[in-house]
Amino acid sequence: MKTSVDVKTLTLVQAITDGLDTMMNEKQEVILLGEDIGKNGGVFRATDKLQEKYGEKRVIDTPLSEAGFVGAGIGMAVNGFLPVIEIQFLGFIYPAYEQIVTHASRLRMRTMGHFTVPMVIRAPYGAGVRAPEIHCDSTEAVFTHMPGIKVVCPSNPYDAKGLLIAAIEDPDPVLYLEPMRLYRSLKGEVPDGKYTVEIGKANKLLEGEDVTLIAWGAMIPETLRAAEVAKSKGIKCDVIDLRSLFPIDKDMIAESVQKTGRTVVVHEAHATGGLGNDIIAIINDTSFLYQKAPVERVTGFDVPVPYFGFEDHYLPTPERILYGIEKVMKF
Amino acid sequence: MESQFPMKQIVDTNGKIVLPEYKERITAELAKEFFKQMIRIRTFDRKALSLQRQGRIGTYAPFEGQEGAQVGSAMALNDGDWMFPTYRDHGAAIVFGHSLMRVLLFWNGRNEGCVPPVGKRIFPPGIPIATQIPHAAGAAFAEKQKGTSAASIAYFGDGATSEGDFHEGINFASVLRAPVIFFNQNNHYAISVPMSKQMNSKTIAQKSLAYDIPGIRIDGNDVFSSYFETLAALEKARNGEGPTLIEAVTWRYGAHTTSDDPGRYRDQGENVRRREEADPILRVERWLKNEGLYDESWVEEVKEGAVAEVEAAVLEMEAFPQANPADIFDHVFAKPTWQIEKQKKNYLDFIGGERS
Repeated sequence: MKTSVDVKTLTLVQAITDGLDTMMNEKQEVILLGEDIGKNGGVFRATDKLQEKYGEKRVIDTPLSEAGFVGAGIGMAVNGFLPVIEIQFLGFIYPAYEQIVTHASRLRMRTMGHFTVPMVIRAPYGAGVRAPEIHCDSTEAVFTHMPGIKVVCPSNPYDAKGLLIAAIEDPDPVLYLEPMRLYRSLKGEVPDGKYTVEIGKANKLLEGEDVTLIAWGAMIPETLRAAEVAKSKGIKCDVIDLRSLFPIDKDMIAESVQKTGRTVVVHEAHATGGLGNDIIAIINDTSFLYQKAPVERVTGFDVPVPYFGFEDHYLPTPERILYGIEKVMKF
Repeated sequence: MESQFPMKQIVDTNGKIVLPEYKERITAELAKEFFKQMIRIRTFDRKALSLQRQGRIGTYAPFEGQEGAQVGSAMALNDGDWMFPTYRDHGAAIVFGHSLMRVLLFWNGRNEGCVPPVGKRIFPPGIPIATQIPHAAGAAFAEKQKGTSAASIAYFGDGATSEGDFHEGINFASVLRAPVIFFNQNNHYAISVPMSKQMNSKTIAQKSLAYDIPGIRIDGNDVFSSYFETLAALEKARNGEGPTLIEAVTWRYGAHTTSDDPGRYRDQGENVRRREEADPILRVERWLKNEGLYDESWVEEVKEGAVAEVEAAVLEMEAFPQANPADIFDHVFAKPTWQIEKQKKNYLDFIGGERS
């Protein structure tokens, strides 16, 4: 009997395509909406060849109107479909913000479960690829702040596919953030067929007893690099890839920070109102008495993400993360 | 609807005047200025494309093929008017007086590229689609409130007419009779999505009906139509008659941006056909030839002048000082908040080797 599953080596964006393909193949209700996702296969090719395979009825090039097609996605979701919507760049999602936060995220509550919105919104996010202005936002916190929508963000091909399938199968709306910077910069093994990565569960990438590093998405490679340098200096890091930004895996955080007593949170989003603050709240709530140093945040600054000529100054770097690690160690 | 909004041409593809009433107004001087400006911005566009290919600037959105629409409309403006371009309208911005060096800086990821020359009311390029349209309505309404005769022009593409901001901006301007020109360049594609998938409407101009404002459809590759229709609409606007929607039907020869491969979604042979038949520069050239005004040595002079101007701008852009990290903190508010001040200090100390 053959028990092994075939595995492919894919980039992160290919793993997303594979996840979409897997679910479109399995469920007729899965339908893709977005700008340039058909013939063009999406500006990042995340839907490459899917229109060819599943037809124009299931892979729909929408008019250029984010509020319109996200709103329409809600209507389709309450009426039997499982829409997976592509927003071309997270920085272009704002016209749809009203549809997301006043409708998708609260329809279940408003109708006491009568109408629900099993919809996924995919959006590439983040800086560091010399993309034009306003293509580089990392505004996960404006969504995690709003009740009623889950937010996930993979950092590797395996999680990309597994989280996407979990998101499509989730009964509630999920914002699925794609780190643009990692689309093609790394490859990983991805099993064929269907599997899920549970929403709400983080992933421990590295075990260490001195400092807990918490990051996600495009900040994972930077954080791992910092951890490596720290190791050469004798500091052992516990590295958590949060993966799920709402809900957050508080148990893994608590377990880790109770062990290390020192934490550095890394995110490329702005510091004020950033998700790092929620992580600090979790540490306060679960592990206050274990702390040996104040939690350090290494984040983007409280300025709009600048043009790419300045982005290297904006983004957290391994050096800045390392400095954060040294700071909590020295406290 | 196409018969209700026929595509107006003043000079046809053979360089012949088809509307005799414009004969007197089309002077050699005007035609030569059109020609010169179109050569100028095409030279810029091609150079920028090549700079991107060489990694000397970032992603670039070329406009080649749309020079007729951009030059005609921009030349119709007065100095005190407002311009709200998109990322594909820097041709118009340059004609209106933007600095070539600054435009290149914009495409090289520098905020300095959004700063217009002193006295020029040119907004930074609209990046999220259609978002500049309400701004143009508001700036125009402000001029009306102030009692000036200045107007504004908003540029946008075919895809932009699907966005709420397009409808909301036009409606606002219509209700408040704001002196604004909504100048659409219909190049038939929103990245890969053809107009037939973008809308059922056969024209963009017909969208004016919903807001009860004048809607005009012109051959956007006819710089004469672009100029005279914009001029006429501006005159109405300045006279308190409110906004006009102009649809300039055109075509981009190249990609949406340098990140895009148009071969995936459209027949690229169409570019060759259009270039031969309907190129906006060729049309003025033909008119000049028909009138016996085409002077090879003058054309050479224009082309050489354009190359020299663009090359000088490239040198200036490349000699521009490195990005100053303090700039990302200093321009967020008139007076920085304590968070920004603290982050700035920490970061500058950090990169200066001083770690606090």
